[in-house]
Amino acid sequence: MEDISREQTDNPSLLLMRGIVKQFPGVRALDGVDLDVRAGEVHCLLGQNGAGKSTLIKVLAGAHQPDSGEVLLDGQPVRLANPTAAMRQGIATIYQELDLVDGLSVAENIFLGHEQATFGFTRRGEMFAATRELLARLGHGEIRPSTEVGRLSPAGKQVVSMARALSHEARLIVMDEPSAALAHDEVMNLFRIIRELTGQGVAVVYISHRLEEIREIGDRVTVLKDGRTVAVGLPARTTPTATVVSLMTGRNVEYVFPPRPTGGFGDEVLRVENLTVPGVVSGVSFTVRAGEIVGLAGLVGSGRSEIMEAVYGARRATGTVLLNGKQVKLGDTANSVRIGMGLAPEERKAQGLLLDQSVARNITLASLGRYSRFGWLNRKQESDEAERLVKALDIRPPDPNRPIKTLSGGNQQKAVLGRWLVEGRKLLLLDEPTRGVDVGARAELYALVRRLADEGVGVLLISSEVPEVLGLADRVLVVRDGRIIHEAPATELDEHHVLDLVMDATPSHG
Amino acid sequence: MTEVNPQKVSAPEADEQARVEAAAVAPSGPGNGRLALGRIGEARHLGLLIALALLAAVGLITAPDTFATTSNMVSLLALASTIGVITVGSTFVIIGGGIDLSVGAVMALASVWATTLATQAYGPVVMAICAILVGTGAGLVNGFLISYGRMVPFIATLAMLVAARGLAQRMSERRTQLVSQDNSALVELSTTRVLGLPLLVYIFAVVVIIGWLILNRTTFGRRTYAVGGNPEAARLAGIDVRRHTMLLYALSGLCCGIAAVIIMARTTTGSSTHGDLYELDAIAAVIIGGTLLTGGRGTIIGSILGLLIFTVITNLFILNGLNTSDQLIAKGLIIVVAVLLQRRSLQTAT
Ligand SMILES: Nc1ncnc2c1ncn2[C@@H]1O[C@H](COP(=O)(O)OP(=O)(O)OP(=O)(O)O)[C@@H](O)[C@H]1O
Ligand SMILES: [Mg+2]
Repeated sequence: MEDISREQTDNPSLLLMRGIVKQFPGVRALDGVDLDVRAGEVHCLLGQNGAGKSTLIKVLAGAHQPDSGEVLLDGQPVRLANPTAAMRQGIATIYQELDLVDGLSVAENIFLGHEQATFGFTRRGEMFAATRELLARLGHGEIRPSTEVGRLSPAGKQVVSMARALSHEARLIVMDEPSAALAHDEVMNLFRIIRELTGQGVAVVYISHRLEEIREIGDRVTVLKDGRTVAVGLPARTTPTATVVSLMTGRNVEYVFPPRPTGGFGDEVLRVENLTVPGVVSGVSFTVRAGEIVGLAGLVGSGRSEIMEAVYGARRATGTVLLNGKQVKLGDTANSVRIGMGLAPEERKAQGLLLDQSVARNITLASLGRYSRFGWLNRKQESDEAERLVKALDIRPPDPNRPIKTLSGGNQQKAVLGRWLVEGRKLLLLDEPTRGVDVGARAELYALVRRLADEGVGVLLISSEVPEVLGLADRVLVVRDGRIIHEAPATELDEHHVLDLVMDATPSHG
Repeated sequence: MTEVNPQKVSAPEADEQARVEAAAVAPSGPGNGRLALGRIGEARHLGLLIALALLAAVGLITAPDTFATTSNMVSLLALASTIGVITVGSTFVIIGGGIDLSVGAVMALASVWATTLATQAYGPVVMAICAILVGTGAGLVNGFLISYGRMVPFIATLAMLVAARGLAQRMSERRTQLVSQDNSALVELSTTRVLGLPLLVYIFAVVVIIGWLILNRTTFGRRTYAVGGNPEAARLAGIDVRRHTMLLYALSGLCCGIAAVIIMARTTTGSSTHGDLYELDAIAAVIIGGTLLTGGRGTIIGSILGLLIFTVITNLFILNGLNTSDQLIAKGLIIVVAVLLQRRSLQTAT
């Protein structure tokens, strides 16, 4: 409760951004944005997908140059000509799309670009020691400095990015959706670190689409909409959610889940028996019926994504998978798609997107067969379909021909989902489908998934947000240490119960 | 652009205004984007066309009597045909995220195999088919090693380069094999002219057109971009990445086989020394044409323009009696300049 007093003190601003404008070809991403961050506070940046949050922090990180506007640090105007200049000013950034080098080790990634600059480390041993210390501070002493980053889970990579930001002696740490890849306990861990940092006077700019988090960790809130600041310095704890949401979206969004069907479900679409992925998943069995949404709840590292990937054939596994009663050939994704499965993967950039291609081509990639005869594309049909899906998903800007890398994170995520929203799918495997999607769009996605289920598709869903699993799924499977330890209708579970089940493990996961 | 709008906005009334403005801007926004992108796409080829035009101007000035003659143009195109066909295959492989160093050697092997006494006994059609089969076979071996043997493309095709040359030398006993009189029909591909151009130029054109159609109008082409751009995403989208990779190298091999037919027609020989360093010319043409070596991006038209630029430079040096070392230096410079220019246009594009 003492925190509240901090919100009111007249702490001078550490960072002031005024009238920032950034124009991209065809889109004015920032149109006069103001931001005012004080030392020692957690300043939350809210806004819908495409509002300009990431662009603003890229300006702050020196990755984009603003067309106009000024940036003041400690009252002094500064020019952040490139990322190194920003780092020298004590600004460290964790980007929304992780920018680690997969082929390098954890330690090398953390000290990439500033091997000697800040700490004077030149020797590997010292770098490793410092890495170990940083990781321990982040509560992840089990990650070894020499591990190749490509082998880490998304959550592990997130931790490494954090460590990298901490390795700079920063006075301002910017985090763009850091919790999107994290499960509940990891988020708590993240908050502990943030509190530690702010206690030392470091300011944190925090971006998230999870409003509960803002309430828990935030001090003040700035809301962006269509590239403009629509509210500054709102108290994070006391501003009603409805106010925040209507500032963000310009309308009142009901944060509700679509109603569950009243009748029963159809036939069994998926039957999994004794599925085993060596070292990660041991002997898992379950079923999904037509029209049913089955949620997998579990910590990152519990084996939930691995179960999904194994079912899909993207990962070596043993056991039996039956789709509509027919045995599925394991380890062959092309076949899985042919017989009616679809997987929206967890890491959109590494596993989902063709960054150089247009939105349309990303969306139609998995269903090219539908728009072609003997391999010859019917381009009209293809672009019509892409256009329809862009509209259905409300992807912004609504231009299917725009390169997908120019879309905001949440809009890219929608495109990854859109790939599977075509007829003929019998089973959809959705791994964190709402990662980075804003509140308004989220409600629409829920409705969309439910509609698909009502049309007879079986859905297997992973989400790190327990309320999402409980609200959207019909049945929940709790996964821990590669096993299903509990199964119940979603209506019979509550958040605490699930969290207890999920975490009540001997802390052995990675 | 320069209009700054540092309004202090704090509450919903500003919000309303923003919405109105957003609505006013919206329809033109995406349209502009498309236009701008279209322009950049054209601009890239336009740059190549301008470069070509400049070279032609240089040709007209430095060799006024010889450059703009029909015979020079015809021999220029005939020269471009061989590597041109190979370049089409290389473009596919490189967009698909790989590289094929074995093209020149495979072409040599195909030409030797097709001109052995045993093959020549069956006549010109079988010779052509033989060359194409040998090329495709070598490509399949490359593809198999790379996709199922998990070898790095550079190494697998380097091995093929060395081995195919060796095999060609062995088969020909390092002698140049002549296309026999009975099979002169094959040579007619280069001597028969339609509308002033030798038949083999038409072969080249057909290969380019088919290649363009495959790349731009078929699922295979679409998947090639996907496999090169993000193989993991392609796999998860249900594309059989390994099979596709294999087919890409087979396609490249097929093009080498066709190139072998062209070179046999042009030189009336099969030889283990044919196509020396063609791999470098083909790769350079592809790069100048704007295809990324990292895959996932590129065009056939760009590659062909890149190739023509290279061919015209060679031609200019020959016409002006300059030595070949200078020619190599000039080519090296062209590659560097082209890539630098593209880097800049890419940066401004995104
Ligand atoms: N490099 C670029 N080229 C063109 N347009 C861009 C580029 N980067 C971003 N944009 C556009 O700028 C706008 C703001 O994007 P930004 O990534 O800042 O959104 P965001 O608020 O971070 O959204 P999200 O919550 O989805 O991550 C979007 O309309 C996006 O399409
Ligand atoms: Mg963003």
